[in-house]
Amino acid sequence: MTAITHTPDATQPAPTGGRWEHFPHVADIGVRGFGPTMGSAFEQAAMAMTAAVTDPDAIEPITTMEINCQAPNAELLLVDWLNAILYEMATAKMLFGRFSVQIRGDTLNGRISGEAIDVERHAPATEVKGATYSELEVVQEPDGQWRAQCIVDV
Amino acid sequence: MDTTQFERISKTAWKIRPSGRMRVPAIIHADESLISDMDDKVREQLVNVTTLPGIVGAAHAMPDAHWGYGFPIGGVAAFDPADNGVISAGGVGFDISCGVRTHLTGLKVADIGQVRTKIADALYHHVPVGIGSTGKIQLNDTQMTAMLEGGALWALNRGYGEKQDLEFIEEGGRIAGARPETVSERARKRQSREMGTLGSGNHYLEIQEVAEIHDAAAARAFGLVQGQCVLTIHCGSRGLGHQIGTEFLREMAISAPDHGIKLPDRELACAPINSDVGQRYIGAMRSAINCAMANRQIIGHLAREVFRRFWPGIRLPLMFDVSHNTCKLETHQVNGRARDVYVHRKGATRSLGPGHPSLPQAYSRIGQPVLIGGSMGTESWVLTGMPTSETAAFSSACHGAGRRMSRNQARKTWQGRQVIDDLADRGITIRSPSHRGVAEEAPGAYKDVAEVVEVAERAGLAKKVARLVPVVCIKG
Repeated sequence: MTAITHTPDATQPAPTGGRWEHFPHVADIGVRGFGPTMGSAFEQAAMAMTAAVTDPDAIEPITTMEINCQAPNAELLLVDWLNAILYEMATAKMLFGRFSVQIRGDTLNGRISGEAIDVERHAPATEVKGATYSELEVVQEPDGQWRAQCIVDV
Repeated sequence: MDTTQFERISKTAWKIRPSGRMRVPAIIHADESLISDMDDKVREQLVNVTTLPGIVGAAHAMPDAHWGYGFPIGGVAAFDPADNGVISAGGVGFDISCGVRTHLTGLKVADIGQVRTKIADALYHHVPVGIGSTGKIQLNDTQMTAMLEGGALWALNRGYGEKQDLEFIEEGGRIAGARPETVSERARKRQSREMGTLGSGNHYLEIQEVAEIHDAAAARAFGLVQGQCVLTIHCGSRGLGHQIGTEFLREMAISAPDHGIKLPDRELACAPINSDVGQRYIGAMRSAINCAMANRQIIGHLAREVFRRFWPGIRLPLMFDVSHNTCKLETHQVNGRARDVYVHRKGATRSLGPGHPSLPQAYSRIGQPVLIGGSMGTESWVLTGMPTSETAAFSSACHGAGRRMSRNQARKTWQGRQVIDDLADRGITIRSPSHRGVAEEAPGAYKDVAEVVEVAERAGLAKKVARLVPVVCIKG
């Protein structure tokens, strides 16, 4: 199961490149990250999830937290990672706009940076309730690039 | 949707006979127009549901069905524990016991009109809405356990609401069999500051006008009078339900092979009802149902407090409170035999016909109110259960219009400010923390609910009682 440790003094995460996008789902939202490594695709998927709520660039990286997850396969690891971020968003009432992920075997070590929700400035559009197993894929494309995606329930 | 795989069994029902791994038929309740607009994913997801162990009768999709995750939204399926039946965390979803609650105000639109912006502001400031909002009620672990066991009754005992409310909430406001010890520390923490909060997305609090009466006797029994206003709340079990859904989906997805269950879609994660994880999930889900009923009871109280500032002594009696994301143990006739089954309704409302023993006495000759939520600008409906509801789809009906456009598409199509101004021109006052959220929930992003309820009535699922139109909408 996911374990979370708060380390406010940790250095800010440095993303490792890549890009994100939303893919269409009528009622909910598909989040998809691309990157040169599985970890960077996970970082970008988290960025896409944040973008469902607010503009990630408008989030100041004031507080950094650590997230550690372990799962039997890469797909479940992606869902665990996204759900661990949602848990921090919900309990700390924060938004996160910077993510860095290291994946070794079945274990993910991540760092996320963000700030307390400012309703005026962030104008959060919706609440993500959970990351689902629908359209869930973590794959390395023929060109070597990684893609990590799933539907999130809003 | 391509209907060539279906056999049309009536003007409002389309059936796929079992083949391959299907254990029972799949039935979609819709007319030609609604089914042709449905995504092919609805058929795919409904067929997947028919393959799950212990399913009885048929898997049903309501007229407002659309592409969900695992189950289609608008999906109904019943499972018999005596036949190795399963319970599915994916079949209930993340927003456990999300539902709709309607209070009568007895006020005319003109009464509201005089204070429209003031009451909109007051409701917006008094009821915590949107992401990051916190309720005034903070629960420690012991209080949390009492809330999870007590539901709306717990809220009433804390001073929220009136005793008469309970009769007009499903299960009398408290579902038995909740097991708070199965609710994790993380789920409790996620809820500790969220009691009495509305949430976000398509959740709302609205003052609505009764615009049309379609069934005079039912409207009289429910207290609905044309030209008068009601207060409607749409929300669920908040972070607690989301976390329970997250945790049990994971556990059930991983443990399914151990139970000999081959999942056609991981999101249909399920476990035998008679298994340790199945029983723990039922106990946790019922705790979340109590949480949702307590939450709506508190929000109803907060809304009453606001109304009493404007109209001292006003009562706002509860008309009804009904959930549309649940799994409940109910007795149903299956192939001529009464069976105790676990009925999953994901984006579907229970719709008990007249004479059902669970109905409030005042509604016993009419049927259960079925509350169909709209979304800002779009109308809502009150329907009632019919004698035919039981045989049509385990006493179930639709729950809303359903989206016709994704959030991204809606955001590209509309500006939030413009939507608010356009609705103001139509006499509808909106308050929301997010213009982007308003654009994503724009009325045009939803299907025509009138068509959905028309078909629901013709299909024998629920009968039209009244059409409601928004006057003030507080959007999370």
